[in-house]
Amino acid sequence: MSSTHVSTTINGQAVEYVCPNDASLLEVLRDQLGMTGTKEGCGSGDCGACSVTVDGRLVCSCLVLGVEAQNRQVETIEGMADKNQLHKLQQVFLEKAALQCGICTPGILIAARSLLEKNPDPTEKEVRYWIAGNLCRCTGYDKIVRAILETAKQLREEAA
Amino acid sequence: MAHIQIFGSLRDLFAGEDSVELDVKNLRELLLKLPAAYPDCQEEIDEGVSVSIDGKIINDDWFTPIRPDSEVVVLPRIVGG
Amino acid sequence: MSEYQAKEFKVLGQRLQRPDGIDKVTGRAKYGADTEAAGMLHGKILRSPHAHARILSIDTSAAEALNGVKAVVTRADFPTAAKGYEDVQDNCMAGERALYDGHAVAAVAATSKRIAKQALKLIKVEYETLPHVTEVEAAITVGAPIVQAGQVSKRVPEGYSDNVVRYVSFGHGDIDAGIAQADATIERTYRTEASHQGYIEPHACLATLNEDGRGDLWVCTQGHFWIRDMSCAVLGLESANLRVTASEIGGGFGGKTTVFIEPVALALSKKSGHAVKLVMTREEVLRATGPTISTLMHVKLGMTNDGRITAAYAKLFYQSGAYKQGCADFGAMPAFAPYDLENVHTEGFDVVTNRPRTASYRAPGAPTACYAAESAIDELCQQLNLDPLAVRLKNAAKEGTKSSYGPTYEDHGLIQCLEAVKDTEHWNAPLGANQGRGLAAGFWFNFGGETSVSTFLNTDGSITVTEGNPDIGGSRASISMMVAEEFGINYDQVRTTVTDTGSMGQNEPTHGSRVTFAVGMAAIKCSRSIKAEIAQRLAKTWDVAVDQVSWQDGKAHCLDASKGIEPMSLPEIGAIANNTGGPIGAHHGSNMEGAGVAFGVHICDTEVDPETGYVTVQRYTAIQDAGKAIQPDYVEGQLQGGAVQGIGWALNEEYVYGEDGRLQNPGFLDYRIPVASDMPMIDTVIIEVPNPGHPFGVRGVGETPIVPPLAAVGNAVSRAVGVRYNHLPMSPPRVLAGIQAAK
Ligand code: FES
Ligand code: FES
Repeated sequence: MSSTHVSTTINGQAVEYVCPNDASLLEVLRDQLGMTGTKEGCGSGDCGACSVTVDGRLVCSCLVLGVEAQNRQVETIEGMADKNQLHKLQQVFLEKAALQCGICTPGILIAARSLLEKNPDPTEKEVRYWIAGNLCRCTGYDKIVRAILETAKQLREEAA
Repeated sequence: MAHIQIFGSLRDLFAGEDSVELDVKNLRELLLKLPAAYPDCQEEIDEGVSVSIDGKIINDDWFTPIRPDSEVVVLPRIVGG
Repeated sequence: MSEYQAKEFKVLGQRLQRPDGIDKVTGRAKYGADTEAAGMLHGKILRSPHAHARILSIDTSAAEALNGVKAVVTRADFPTAAKGYEDVQDNCMAGERALYDGHAVAAVAATSKRIAKQALKLIKVEYETLPHVTEVEAAITVGAPIVQAGQVSKRVPEGYSDNVVRYVSFGHGDIDAGIAQADATIERTYRTEASHQGYIEPHACLATLNEDGRGDLWVCTQGHFWIRDMSCAVLGLESANLRVTASEIGGGFGGKTTVFIEPVALALSKKSGHAVKLVMTREEVLRATGPTISTLMHVKLGMTNDGRITAAYAKLFYQSGAYKQGCADFGAMPAFAPYDLENVHTEGFDVVTNRPRTASYRAPGAPTACYAAESAIDELCQQLNLDPLAVRLKNAAKEGTKSSYGPTYEDHGLIQCLEAVKDTEHWNAPLGANQGRGLAAGFWFNFGGETSVSTFLNTDGSITVTEGNPDIGGSRASISMMVAEEFGINYDQVRTTVTDTGSMGQNEPTHGSRVTFAVGMAAIKCSRSIKAEIAQRLAKTWDVAVDQVSWQDGKAHCLDASKGIEPMSLPEIGAIANNTGGPIGAHHGSNMEGAGVAFGVHICDTEVDPETGYVTVQRYTAIQDAGKAIQPDYVEGQLQGGAVQGIGWALNEEYVYGEDGRLQNPGFLDYRIPVASDMPMIDTVIIEVPNPGHPFGVRGVGETPIVPPLAAVGNAVSRAVGVRYNHLPMSPPRVLAGIQAAK
């Protein structure tokens, strides 16, 4: 398998890597770059644990090739907090106990941020459908959905 | 004498009795004296049992006291998930 | 003897944040697959494509010759397992026969995952396929292919194939006499399909094992002490020589209490001389780890016109995979546990088949039995036109009731849970067209088990707690809270850490709903020892008798007012520790008996689309007795998570085997667990009837929540459609077929 040299931006930082052409972006992030915050639950696009954004678009990084990141902006969970300042979603997830084991949490946070960027005032149903691709086996989703709705409210209040 | 209750499928191991009287003062004595009196139950005890003593499930603690009026029930070993 | 002492709590009951929280929302927390070692190799496992086959030969030479391959292992590389661990070993690596689709037959370690994968293709295994059986009904029938010969226990009744390997029965009274007293009776057969625990994190480990038998293992598990002991038993190692560290864990639910890949990774490491990382794919998780049982269950009940249950009988066949295990016990015992019955009898049969060895899944065995029992009760209520809640209240077990499995109950909260149903808005809300409301009660035993905790007073007065139970849902926070409560200090002054097997005494895994109860109790005992030690030292310091030193509001007080001594805080005591005898700490190792039983009652509303048979859950309420909720968010989380797993089992989740005995749906696309858009909010009501066996009244809460949902959903769907469904999951085709048959 031949490899390709890739220049990309991850969490605002210019990054270069050489990866096998068939390597997924998830594999590159985790195995080559040591960015293990993005998780692998299935490797087939069915669990959302590997959610990242590429040029602002929410994707399963297990379904994106490492080479496809060329000249793109990739955002992962490692870039969500601003230095030691947690993103509002991260903070509210902690306050509202929206995680148990936490393995789904990075993917759900990335997905939720992407929702709130597009729709600052989602209904419960919109939240549930948006994160329908992110499996959580521990929480039954209740506290996750509440935390996303609460964050949206707080962000709207701050913006107002 | 403590009154030990034996359940359906275990009864074969205790000569068909549904309860047995044994002079025991703790779990260790029970686990020693039961097979001494009814050798058929040794295998079951080796496979692992839990013993309910006065409504509490005891898995291992040999020195859990058994009083003369204690309710003692031998059960399969309780597991969890 | 009661441990419980009623008092006002300062810290308990608050919704405080967990110490591992920030690491988990920032992606810094290290789970099983998140670590590496220098010179590390990647392991991969070759799995049987056959449901049942004799392994005639394995030729690994071509794989070994591949550049980058450093070791290949088969069963020949394993020593004879310690007594009692033969099946565990055989399940990790097949011996003479592969017993199910997905059974490991060989493994490789190579310099990259790609090479390891390629090497698997070069291993030549010669199989002789054997007849197989995967379905419980077929397996018990005389003439069925026999999965394991010579395993039938003495007491198994005649009339079944040798796949029926164990038999248990429980109960008291006389079923025939009870039936004779009944005004109405019912006899039904129920079936449930196997589900999987479905944790999102696949099994993963990083193993090093040297030639001298010393090694280290990093692994995601519910219990690293058990992983150590099992790995050692399977590989012929000494426990002291294998240090196991538990990573953060991405869910377990019972499925991560045993070994699958760990001994294989260790064997590969020993043979290759390198550290080996082994991570399962999702397909491997579904094909080769922990599914739960599938069942065939018969129930017979009698009831009087006013709703008294006069007889309750259940006969349960539990299919538990390719190895003999005791699963049916845990259906037969809890089936009718919520009720005070004069005549009750349950029988359980363990059945082996060509399926993966089942692992525990939250209250293992109880949800299916509860489904059968509660469905039959509900149907009788409908027949007799009785209110299902009133009937459950009328028959409910109380303190002093002789349970259906033998022991007499201590105080518990079933009645309070049932009474709470009446007060919910949910129970009193109107229902629309095609909607139905189901109610079910459930029970789990809970237990304590072996537990070790150390606690230290630091020189600045803060408290370090070290324990050995992986934290899946916030237990480090709960334990810190209990210690803070005991000392009368702030939560922030206590930090609890989970340590490795080289640094702590034995612990049972995080299972059986035991951690908050047992580890919490051990931590409280450590705290009490430290307070006693402090009292000794201050008595000397103040020159008073020990009984003149008392602990109040986070400080040591001198009761002898004549001394005019100011109370001392922990920082002040910590600062002089070295002057008063050196570091202050305590260890508590014991067998934490005395866990209290936990009852729960669930209410479910469903709507059924009569055109498609598709079921939506409209509303759901889970009510449970938690004894004392240390951190209510985490208790609610357990109730909500368990309920949704149960809903998944009732509606979607199902292992589907083909004629060829192979699993047809080993992926999250086809093995579909509930997603957010399938679910409503899950309302919770926490009842607190203190457990007499715990200083703060704590009961385990983790398992009971998955017991009632199968029945609650089943009853809701059946009432919505007017057709009884006796086969789970109630997937749209099954529901539709029922509607059409009724027309
Ligand atoms: S790992 Fe990418 S969707 Fe599951
Ligand atoms: S918190 Fe465990 S999977 Fe979501």
